[in-house]
Amino acid sequence: MLLYVAKRIVLVIPVIFAVALVCFLLVHLSGDPLTAVLPPDASAALAEQLKKAYGFDRPLPVQFGIWVWNAVHGNLGTSIATGRSVIEEVSRAVGNTVTLALFASFIGFFFGCLFGCLAGYFRDTWIDRLVTIISITGVSMPHYWLGMVLVIIFSVQLNWLPAVYSAPSGAGWNWEYIRNLILPAVTMSVIPMGIVTRTIRALVSDLLSNEFVTALRAKGLTKKRVFVHIVKNAAPTAIAVMGLQLGYLLGGSILIETVFSWPGTGLLLNNAIFQRDLPLLQGTILVLALFFVCLNLVVDVIQAAIDPRIKRA
Amino acid sequence: MKSGFMLSVLGAAAALYASAAIPASAQSVVRIGMTAGDIPKTVGQPDQGFEGNRFTGNTMYDGLTAWDLSSADKASTVIPGLATEWAVSPSDQTKWVFKLRPGVKFHDGSEFDAEAVVWNVEKVLKQDAPHFDASQVGVTASRMPNLRSAKVIDKMTVELTTASPDALLPINLTNLYMASPAAWKKLFDASSASDPKEKAKQAWDGFARAASGTGPWKMDKFVPRERLEVVKNADYWNKDRVPKVDRLILLPMPEPNARTAALLANQVDWIENPAPDALPQVKQRGFVIYQNEQPHVWPWQFSRIEGSPWNDIRVRKAANLCIDRNAMKDGLLGGLMVAATGTFEPGHPWRGSPKFAIKYDLAEAKKLMTEAGFSASKKLKVKTQTSASGSGQMLPLPMNEFIQQSLAECFFDVELDVIEWNTLFTNWRKGAKDESARGAHATNVTYAAMDPFFAMIRFLDSKMAPPTSNNWGFNNEPEYDKLVADVRVAFEPAARDKALAALHERSVDQAAFLWVAHDVGPRALSPKIKGFVQPKSWFVDFSSMTIN
Repeated sequence: MLLYVAKRIVLVIPVIFAVALVCFLLVHLSGDPLTAVLPPDASAALAEQLKKAYGFDRPLPVQFGIWVWNAVHGNLGTSIATGRSVIEEVSRAVGNTVTLALFASFIGFFFGCLFGCLAGYFRDTWIDRLVTIISITGVSMPHYWLGMVLVIIFSVQLNWLPAVYSAPSGAGWNWEYIRNLILPAVTMSVIPMGIVTRTIRALVSDLLSNEFVTALRAKGLTKKRVFVHIVKNAAPTAIAVMGLQLGYLLGGSILIETVFSWPGTGLLLNNAIFQRDLPLLQGTILVLALFFVCLNLVVDVIQAAIDPRIKRA
Repeated sequence: MKSGFMLSVLGAAAALYASAAIPASAQSVVRIGMTAGDIPKTVGQPDQGFEGNRFTGNTMYDGLTAWDLSSADKASTVIPGLATEWAVSPSDQTKWVFKLRPGVKFHDGSEFDAEAVVWNVEKVLKQDAPHFDASQVGVTASRMPNLRSAKVIDKMTVELTTASPDALLPINLTNLYMASPAAWKKLFDASSASDPKEKAKQAWDGFARAASGTGPWKMDKFVPRERLEVVKNADYWNKDRVPKVDRLILLPMPEPNARTAALLANQVDWIENPAPDALPQVKQRGFVIYQNEQPHVWPWQFSRIEGSPWNDIRVRKAANLCIDRNAMKDGLLGGLMVAATGTFEPGHPWRGSPKFAIKYDLAEAKKLMTEAGFSASKKLKVKTQTSASGSGQMLPLPMNEFIQQSLAECFFDVELDVIEWNTLFTNWRKGAKDESARGAHATNVTYAAMDPFFAMIRFLDSKMAPPTSNNWGFNNEPEYDKLVADVRVAFEPAARDKALAALHERSVDQAAFLWVAHDVGPRALSPKIKGFVQPKSWFVDFSSMTIN
């Protein structure tokens, strides 16, 4: 097992390097890096002066080398637009996105598993059909649209929940913060819920017709015990699917975070693109990519631990 | 038993909800949803354009000069701020002497004096000064392009030097906000870094979180990207402008629908730029919409290079007469624009009395085009660059399509070249001759018109042709150059206004632009807010308002 984990970690290093290179190049090739600080009427001399001050006059490979060296040492540079440290900006946003993603994942995973098991267990009944409609709607519906609908109902009409994030500064976890969290988390949970439901439904339905289930029943096991066996067999796939979904959610949904002004990585990315704040953009993309890579690693390891066949493969 | 437990839980939840809804104190608070995606910089020189100046510049800071924001009817003019009077040296017109206001203190308690002015000039102009901050240069230097240095004459007198005689300096200085040198020095000394540059960076970083200016509002809480809370400065030097509200909370909400929903959900008391299609609902729910003509121009800027069809003044005038701006206003923009008849509208001190009246006169427009040799069968092809979005661009595509249809009636065949906003901007500096203009005969970039340099000089002075500034179309008319030179040396306010009016008159008579609209800076406020005045400006004064 240790050898497997070590092998997976070694494989992660070139992936991270490639991600860093691609995000550096894509961001750099997309236009003038000083748009964020230069007013439209800035003279060429001023543009040149600032280019020098920010080090954008150096050759691209040198800039990349410096950026990677600094990143390895925990320094992702300074935001051009705000002058604040990128790592500090990203860390704050990551905290908010993790909270939102975990909350949304919990809702999505819980209801996804519940609905999936119900549909699989009662396949081809009205329960199955109802759950199928719910899950397909959840996966197909544009979630920013759903967000707006929820805002119109619960914020504008009923005045129950905040339309956008505005928790008091430094309040930490309290009712006001949770109220701010509910609508974006519910909106965000709809897609993973639909995907988990569909996956679990297919698995449970498939496992129920499997020979080992017939054998278990023949041995006289209670329905409850049989179901425990089915859940155990379905768990690795469910975890893998949810792990990937969590990765997407941690990547920050730009649309959801923008609709709700949720101060996470999605909104940060949106602002960085809008302001063409290259260091912030690069730093945020890199951190999100790292998140995704690490999460995949963790999911692989957990899957391997649960199901030894994966390790051998 | 069970129902009793449930009732207790529900009761506790209700109490928790109620306690969260009741403010902690009886402070009067106004919560504002800004269009900015982040809190504009708080170090003194804000970013995010004039919205930055509005929310973190004019609130926490003052300049030597300021805009008069007290009237909704008159154009805003420059008035004394931290300087009480100023004059140019009669022997050397590049030197100005400013007398400073006595008894002014920064929020940290330190005194405002001539040393502080010099320090603030150096923060953006003197590269070897310990407190020089490159991140503040971009948003400042271009707004006072001629200022070179500052010198202490005595404790309350300072001398400023410009590169060449420039009567516009007092107007430019509204953009230079005075931050507290003492507060910065304390942070600089406390920094553990050994490299002076790193120490300075850390000091500015700290200063952003504990800003200290002389303004009517003091920083209280700051969470980057989330909120800025400022409280009233009861000791503000201008007793007429001591805020009547205890606390302002500024929240970044870049998405218009989200901002509007936040207002309708009573989460905020004030939003900038409500979503236009939600205006009826906003009004119906009792919110008050404020708007006023802004010093902002939505134009087509003509190319005047060789071969451009706009070199014929009849064509320029015809285009200006061919658009029904009121139909655009009432139909397309739901009333949220002012029809433009120049860069400055009647009543403005820089308007003058142009002879060419910009209005909708289809017959006259067709007549001019016929005289110029065009007809329904022989249309004039013109190409204009625009963008699908962008700061201040209002509704660029629908507005341009409206113009396209209007001009078609006057024998124009308009091709719209829609490009990305930053690309359009970049070409604005490079000019009509550059390859990136793709042969366009006009460009559609909106501009702020508070300052005469930004409103007129950079477009009309032949010396401002690319790459120097934004004379995109390479206007090269000796008369403009002469009038600009007159402006530069008109040091008395009345003489300066007269010279600017003459320049504006000439530009309208020459139909230098296709003037279309001025933005109106719409904002929706809770009916609980009283005493607010929306001036003809990009800025507002938050001091006068009250909230129930």
